[in-house]
Amino acid sequence: MDFFQVLQIIIPSMIFLAAPLIFTALGGVYSERSGVVNIGLEGLMVIGAFSSVVFNLTFADTFGALTPWLSLLVAIAAGVIFSILHAVASITFKADHTVSGVALNFLAVGLSLFLVKIMYDKGETDRVAEGFHKVDIPLLKDIPVIGPLFFTDAYYTSYVAIAVAVLAWYVLFNTPFGLRLRSVGEHPMAADTMGINVTKMRYIGVLISGGFGGFGGAVFALTVTGYFGHTTISGQGFMALAAMIFGKWHPIGALGAALFFGFAQSLSIVGSGLPFFKEIPNVYLLIAPYVLTILALTGFIGRADAPKASGLHYEKGKR
Amino acid sequence: MSKRLINIIVPIIAVILGLLAGAIIMMITGYNPVDGFSALFYGMFGEVFYAGETIRQLTPYILSGLAVAFAFRTGLFNIGVEGQVLVGWLASVWVGLAFDLPKIIHLPLAILAAVAAGAMWGFIPGFLKARFKVHEVIVTIMMNYIALHVVNHIIRTVLTKGAERTPDVPQSALLKSPMLELMSDYSRLHWGILIALFGAFLMWFILEKTTRGYELRSVGFNHHASEYAGMNVNRNIILSMVISGAFAGAAGAMEGLGTFGYASIKGGFTGIGFDGIAVALLGGNTAVGIILAAILFGGLKVGALNMPLETGIPTELVDIIIALIIFFIASSYIIRWALTRNSKKGVK
Repeated sequence: MDFFQVLQIIIPSMIFLAAPLIFTALGGVYSERSGVVNIGLEGLMVIGAFSSVVFNLTFADTFGALTPWLSLLVAIAAGVIFSILHAVASITFKADHTVSGVALNFLAVGLSLFLVKIMYDKGETDRVAEGFHKVDIPLLKDIPVIGPLFFTDAYYTSYVAIAVAVLAWYVLFNTPFGLRLRSVGEHPMAADTMGINVTKMRYIGVLISGGFGGFGGAVFALTVTGYFGHTTISGQGFMALAAMIFGKWHPIGALGAALFFGFAQSLSIVGSGLPFFKEIPNVYLLIAPYVLTILALTGFIGRADAPKASGLHYEKGKR
Repeated sequence: MSKRLINIIVPIIAVILGLLAGAIIMMITGYNPVDGFSALFYGMFGEVFYAGETIRQLTPYILSGLAVAFAFRTGLFNIGVEGQVLVGWLASVWVGLAFDLPKIIHLPLAILAAVAAGAMWGFIPGFLKARFKVHEVIVTIMMNYIALHVVNHIIRTVLTKGAERTPDVPQSALLKSPMLELMSDYSRLHWGILIALFGAFLMWFILEKTTRGYELRSVGFNHHASEYAGMNVNRNIILSMVISGAFAGAAGAMEGLGTFGYASIKGGFTGIGFDGIAVALLGGNTAVGIILAAILFGGLKVGALNMPLETGIPTELVDIIIALIIFFIASSYIIRWALTRNSKKGVK
């Protein structure tokens, strides 16, 4: 097996596994940049996965091939609605952000499995009829080298993920809205003085993260697993959180980190069949994303600092 | 209203609101809340067997709650209890399998191994926080996953040859007790509850009765002031995480030597660590509060198993109730505000 063939196995599966992480990590970026820590990304992914699978199963006959795309929209809406809980608790009721996020994770798992049992009378759903399928992109797939690596056996959602990451970067760093969002996360009092509504911007930040989290969960459910059960989302949200930190709270950084984590995951799955990689025990590839995140935080791989006011409540008039 | 009274009333209100929300969910989904709750409470304490299972369930909850609370009191949030439980579980079973000793040495040794493993797993985030100012929440989350994969790897390659679970730990290292099992109608009740209660006493003693405990709490209140008063803040941060991890490791030993008597490959977390966060929050991070909260949550978890049998209500209802209780506790700002506002009116 030559090097190119190895790449041809690893790279499509890397992009495929990274896509859900990209969306969710972007959600984390928006929430934390506005100053609200969101440990609840995992729960948001659960809600996204659950709602998209249920919608897909219920309406597959009605909408046909359009169903998976509509499921994504439903998941975004569900994530936004669910994240209101986190926003109200951590912004208005001044709950500890981490505690509220933990509660969000509990609630998401409990609620979605409760509803699955009531609706389907068993612990998990059936497989969705209309999932996303692997496609070869016409024309682009014929480009030598790049074509087989990046444009065959791919999912449309992966390209959406990369495009959305670039868009998220543009909005955050090149629009007045992005500047305001970042300012309430860095120095809410200064932002307030300049007439920016801190509470409103933080609500928007959290709700955007809800939408992204739901999107990420739905993409995971509809491309990777194909059904919803209690193990569907097991740690992807926390891995997205890691990607956000490893990407230094930057959309493009998060994109790169998510791709890298996807690479590590794909190696841990397909690596046993490849030369060289099969020498490495699986466990090293499994823990690589987490070890790297810790190293990134300690400053061995460039210093990663959170937005200054992240995790703090803003009280008007407080010195 | 005095602050002390409010601190007691807030968790009670949160629990009542959580149970009310559970009742509303039951009504919306077409179940009878009265039947649901009576099945739930019957499943908690209605028979000797259920009571035994409840006590078994709340044993690790007390310890994981203590672990979370101990770090909380020093101003640290240890989300890594889950991972510390796993390494403690593994270490206790490992020692249980590796040695052949009389019970009086073997059992304490296995528990100590779990405590040491948990402490080591807590030391890393504590050290990184003290030395590099890395936020402990993120590091402990990452350490959870590292623990999960490393523990699975060790079980698969070191303790067994590719098996899904280790052999059973010999009797000499087990907390299991045929007498307790017989008394509780063959539940899995074991001696661990005594260790858990001792742990609660230990936490109270360390924090309230020793100089070191005073320093730890002081760092939690205001680490600048503590530094100014001549305390070594970094050392206290590390110590707090180490002790917190030690409690969590002991919780792992409860499962490894008590409930199960072996370690197995895990696809996900045990939930003991995350539930410990709920226990600590509801218990107000105090030893007595944690015991009471562990009784409630342990009881809810065990009682939930009776609900599908008697009423058809999925067990997950209890997870929803617990999550909502945490939400209400976390949002206690608004409850406190409502309570104090009313009392101020009364004064006027």
